[in-house]
Amino acid sequence: MSDIQQQIQEHAKKLLSDKTVDLFIGYKDINEPMLTEPAFIRDAKDADQLIWNPFCEHNLAKYLVGRNEKIAIVAKTNDVRSIVVLINEQQVIRENLTIIGVNCDDVIDRKKVEAEMDGKDITSAQIKDDKLIVKAEKISKTLKIKNYLHDSCLDNKRDMSEICDIIIGEKSSCKTEEDKYAKIRELEQKTPEERWEYFKKELSKCIRCYACRNACPLCYCKSCFVDQKFPNWVGQTTDLSDTMCFHIMRALHTAGRCVDCGACVRACPNGIDLRMLTGKIEKDVKELFGAEAGLNPETDNPMTSYKEDDPEDFIK
Amino acid sequence: MKKLKMINKKDITKLLDELAKNYRLLAPVEKDGIVNFTEVQNGQDITLDFYNSKEPLKKLFFPQSETLYCYSKEQGRTVPEEQDKRRKIVFGLRPCDAKAAVLLDNVFDGADFKDPYYLEKRENTIICSLACNEPQTSCFCTSLGLGPGDKDGSDIFIVDIGDKYLFEAVTQKGQKLLDEMTGTYEPEDKDIKKAQTLITESENKIKKQIETACLSEKLDELADSPIWDELAEKCIGCGICTYLCPTCHCFAIVDEASDCKGCRVRNWDSCMFGNFTLEASGHNPRPTGKERMRQRIMHKFNYFVKNFDANACVGCGRCFRNCPVHNDLIKVIEKINNAKSEPKK
Repeated sequence: MSDIQQQIQEHAKKLLSDKTVDLFIGYKDINEPMLTEPAFIRDAKDADQLIWNPFCEHNLAKYLVGRNEKIAIVAKTNDVRSIVVLINEQQVIRENLTIIGVNCDDVIDRKKVEAEMDGKDITSAQIKDDKLIVKAEKISKTLKIKNYLHDSCLDNKRDMSEICDIIIGEKSSCKTEEDKYAKIRELEQKTPEERWEYFKKELSKCIRCYACRNACPLCYCKSCFVDQKFPNWVGQTTDLSDTMCFHIMRALHTAGRCVDCGACVRACPNGIDLRMLTGKIEKDVKELFGAEAGLNPETDNPMTSYKEDDPEDFIK
Repeated sequence: MKKLKMINKKDITKLLDELAKNYRLLAPVEKDGIVNFTEVQNGQDITLDFYNSKEPLKKLFFPQSETLYCYSKEQGRTVPEEQDKRRKIVFGLRPCDAKAAVLLDNVFDGADFKDPYYLEKRENTIICSLACNEPQTSCFCTSLGLGPGDKDGSDIFIVDIGDKYLFEAVTQKGQKLLDEMTGTYEPEDKDIKKAQTLITESENKIKKQIETACLSEKLDELADSPIWDELAEKCIGCGICTYLCPTCHCFAIVDEASDCKGCRVRNWDSCMFGNFTLEASGHNPRPTGKERMRQRIMHKFNYFVKNFDANACVGCGRCFRNCPVHNDLIKVIEKINNAKSEPKK
């Protein structure tokens, strides 16, 4: 058992038994290769179900909105940032929350690993130090974990320790030099027509299941514009213009709020790289307004505040 | 009427080329690493080396979005006609998805109501299923009364026996098509035996099971059980499990209209969505995740059983494979079977 996992369990036991919290949200194993699931622990004696490994992919901040209980939550760096945005937007009461920040929190991209296995079902996946030993029928491969991380993890992550109540693990040791905006920069170089074609092709894979929206911790609107019928902002059909309208509007709704956690990409059943939309906006906000969402619970969202040095190139 | 034919694998592309000339041919095609049934003009683009398609077949007969009719102030009502009236062949469908089509017939081609939009598409379709030699680790069809060699719903049943395919006509429709097929020849006994062995081996590879013997009765006792809170807690309420399910068939009818014209459209709906059964008054009889999770399980393993004497599940495993939080139907059913029954109120 990893040190981090042991510490998570110990904290959960303590927090639940001394009634600091009513609910502990973490991860648990489901006995399937490379998969974990969100765990909702209410009894200290169940704390030993909690686990920690690079397959703990979900952004659990999703589960915070609308709860009245006192909650402790296990959060990776980007998840802490999502929580900060939720605090900022008054969706979560800080006093009711115990944030357990975990360092060295890179998440393995299952799709990248699956791509190595000739499309075969993976039958086992084990972590050994910085390597992943993965097996399918008649295939066995040893992969370097750092080459199979989610694009959203390719970043020198912010230090969120000041926000967290409890910090577990050393500051990340598995950092990569890769640029998490590499694909976005590549697309930026293309002509508007080429970009339009790219998005048309990608978004034509969408089946309108709304998993991207529902996995996003910031999509907490009680009634999403896409579900409203009066007025009918977006058509409900599978027409590409309706689908694109949904994705573009949702992405714009996350401007200045998105922390690029990648939950939308991981949720998509058809592997649409939605970060090309949301990540681009996140990058633009950073470059234009010098603002990064979810770093400070006291700062206002750049989209709803004004600074004298805000760019105004668009005013001609 | 059991008629068998063989074709060498090297001749299959040619056969499919010919079929594509006379029929609308739908077959598994891989695009960006995802296999789906796609209309093809020839046999070249087809992959028959696949587990199962990402999406089930249902949208061929029951499209995700279908215009029922259009209207305008000037022209009144117009009903769109099926554009391509050629007969369709679905080639390489997995047995679970063929069975799912039979289950959906209960709903759209039932004793009480016949859906003309569905029937028009369904009736002129010939289904050629392909036995699964290699089931997925997430498959559990054998516990639902079917299996990798199940022929229900197929017109022609195909088994890959190495360097050849064995074709079996299951229905008259299938027999007619089999007679049309060129490049085929009579199989030998050893080929037929090999096909049977492969199917048995494949059945044995399926390890996951669900127990449905007393499930429907059990669910009757659990309507008010706290188990639904637990089962729904991690669900994020997206539509993946229902949209990718070969048997889920809920829909919502909406008007897409502006000014004096519009269309009445039938779209897939999902019981997992927050606005499922949201009434015009703003009241929703299924206000939270737990009622919606209960609806999904009840519909599959209780209401459908009562209405049509079958579970609305074929064990394809798509709901688990694609769920963002890996909600496993097998474990859900296990928990339900083990749950303490609630006394009826």
